[in-house]
Amino acid sequence: MKKSTMLGLLVLVIRRDLVLAMRRRADVLTTLIFFVMVVSLFPMGVGPEMDMLRKMAAGVLWVAALLASMLSLGRLFSADYLDGTLEQMMLAPQSLSMLVLGKMAAHWMSSGLPLVLMAPVLGLQFDMSVRALGVLIVSLLLGTPILSMVGAIGAALTLGLRGGGVLLSLLVLPLCIPVLIFGTGAVEAVSSGLSIASHLSLLGALLVLALVFTPWVTAQALRISME
Amino acid sequence: MAINWFKYSSPTTFYGLAGKMIPWFAIPAVILFAIGLYMGFFVAPVDAQQGEFYRIMFIHVPTSILSMFFYLIMAGYAALGLIFNTRLSAMMASAIAPTGALFTLISLWTGALWGKPMWGTWWIWDARMTSQLILLFLYLGFIALHASIDEPRRADRAAALLAIVGSVNVPIIYFSVKWWNTLHQGSTIKFSGTSMQITMQHTLLAMTLACWLYAIAVVLARVRSIILERERKTDWISELPEVKL
Amino acid sequence: MLEVSNLACSRGDHRLFSGLNFHLHLGQIMQVQGVNGSGKTSLLRTLCGFLMPDEGEIVWRGERIRELGEDYHDEILYLGHLNAIKDELSALENLRISAGLSGIELEEKEAVTALRRMGLRGREMLPTKVLSQGQRRRVALARLLVSDAKLWILDEPLSALDVGAVALIQELIAEHLAQQGMVIFTTHQPLHVAGMEMRTLSLS
Repeated sequence: MKKSTMLGLLVLVIRRDLVLAMRRRADVLTTLIFFVMVVSLFPMGVGPEMDMLRKMAAGVLWVAALLASMLSLGRLFSADYLDGTLEQMMLAPQSLSMLVLGKMAAHWMSSGLPLVLMAPVLGLQFDMSVRALGVLIVSLLLGTPILSMVGAIGAALTLGLRGGGVLLSLLVLPLCIPVLIFGTGAVEAVSSGLSIASHLSLLGALLVLALVFTPWVTAQALRISME
Repeated sequence: MAINWFKYSSPTTFYGLAGKMIPWFAIPAVILFAIGLYMGFFVAPVDAQQGEFYRIMFIHVPTSILSMFFYLIMAGYAALGLIFNTRLSAMMASAIAPTGALFTLISLWTGALWGKPMWGTWWIWDARMTSQLILLFLYLGFIALHASIDEPRRADRAAALLAIVGSVNVPIIYFSVKWWNTLHQGSTIKFSGTSMQITMQHTLLAMTLACWLYAIAVVLARVRSIILERERKTDWISELPEVKL
Repeated sequence: MLEVSNLACSRGDHRLFSGLNFHLHLGQIMQVQGVNGSGKTSLLRTLCGFLMPDEGEIVWRGERIRELGEDYHDEILYLGHLNAIKDELSALENLRISAGLSGIELEEKEAVTALRRMGLRGREMLPTKVLSQGQRRRVALARLLVSDAKLWILDEPLSALDVGAVALIQELIAEHLAQQGMVIFTTHQPLHVAGMEMRTLSLS
């Protein structure tokens, strides 16, 4: 028996959550299917006119990604909360923020990353140009981790509550609006000729801010919820 | 001032103090409302560009400014409650929330009333109106979270954390909404381009003060009823004349 | 080592207990007694640091646990009503992860030995959802074998266990106390530790 390091603990948490996600594949797949369905609803709702759909594409894909992320966030802490593993994590002799960061990373890898990979396929349904698709992928790659991280705060605050996923979405969606604006803005900059880089760098800045602050805030939220 | 602030941080003492303070805010509020509305609707001159309709701004502007201001105050009380563990701070935050949300609603509604004659539509997606809408969501989120948690201590602390996170986000949200608006060349609701007439400025001031005093009076009244509800099992409550009935 | 002074706790509006004082030294075991709802679980959870007391102090090695934070966590082991095991993982994986979270890297061989001592021979690799209640409790209790914590905080450790397992747990506790460990627990079933004077704390 020997003592583990901080990094070792991070890797342990990420591997654990990924293994659990793999063994409950249904959860991961349902999020992805929801994403595809929501995107497909829009043309059915507004009509199949390609010009209009092309203009809406970035917004539709981003909103759908946002909603799919909200749905998957409920899973972040609730299983661990219900079987008691969460309270054991809170008694770990390592920084809770580090453990939370590990859980956020694993959550993104099992929920956000599939969305990023699926998005270009759906973008083709909206006749997006290759260049626009490229920027879309980058914007989602930068933005979905932010959604996971900010959403984790909501998940931690609503732990075990009846309102569940809807309440979580109500709390977190307003906070995610900047990500939505810069994410879609980047894609629209492709066709409008404005600076893509400025949108993406703003997203990058938000990502860095989220990385620095959200694990600690989420740890505090967990402590509040576990009292 | 050499007041022992911590004495007033106990709900017991604050209950009495608040009760005494309410009329001092409520009566001036009513007077200022009367003055402000009279000035706004009868005295202030017709605007060169916007005609008579602009008068709605005398309600729209104060409520907009105050709705944002109250959110920060609410977050401030929330932070105090979290750091110092004082029950009263959390109660004050809960008391401010509904008033803040109401002001946001009034701001949105009067904005719509202003927009219709100005732009022909009931809603305009400009930066300020959109930010107000998001602010309404933030207020409602706070109220909903607090209402969803049965255990009062957890409810206070969770909602407090949410309020603080929200207030930190407000500048980011506002910046991104402005960005979004300028990108899409949206329209803006502006006051008359030329400098505002003195009477208009005075009216705005009167109305803003009136709304502020009104809000303080209402919040004090609300916090008293929250105190009554939370402390209902303690002895001093049952000694109160209003409860003894 | 552990000193509790003037502790008061409430749940919601309801005051559970107040003015609680006690201390626990190395090699000692203490049972917390009280009727249902008297706050036994809340006391144990307050000792873990989950609940904040209304009044009073909990001091470990001369420092307040609130200030010690993770250093205090390093020295305690908490077993509550929930097993803290994942259904989808095997007993072996669960034990190694639990150990990992408390800062110990457990070799597979060590983990298997521990599980075998807990009577789970042949079941180490099965996902714990196919195990019985009692077997799952044994997986949870296997942590006692691999932990290096000084203070064991156990909330009804014997629930769902059969006679053989109860004897085993009593043996483990005796070994822990002999190595200068400390135990504070609650139980609805009788728990005897050979040759040990049991201190009691009554909350009613």
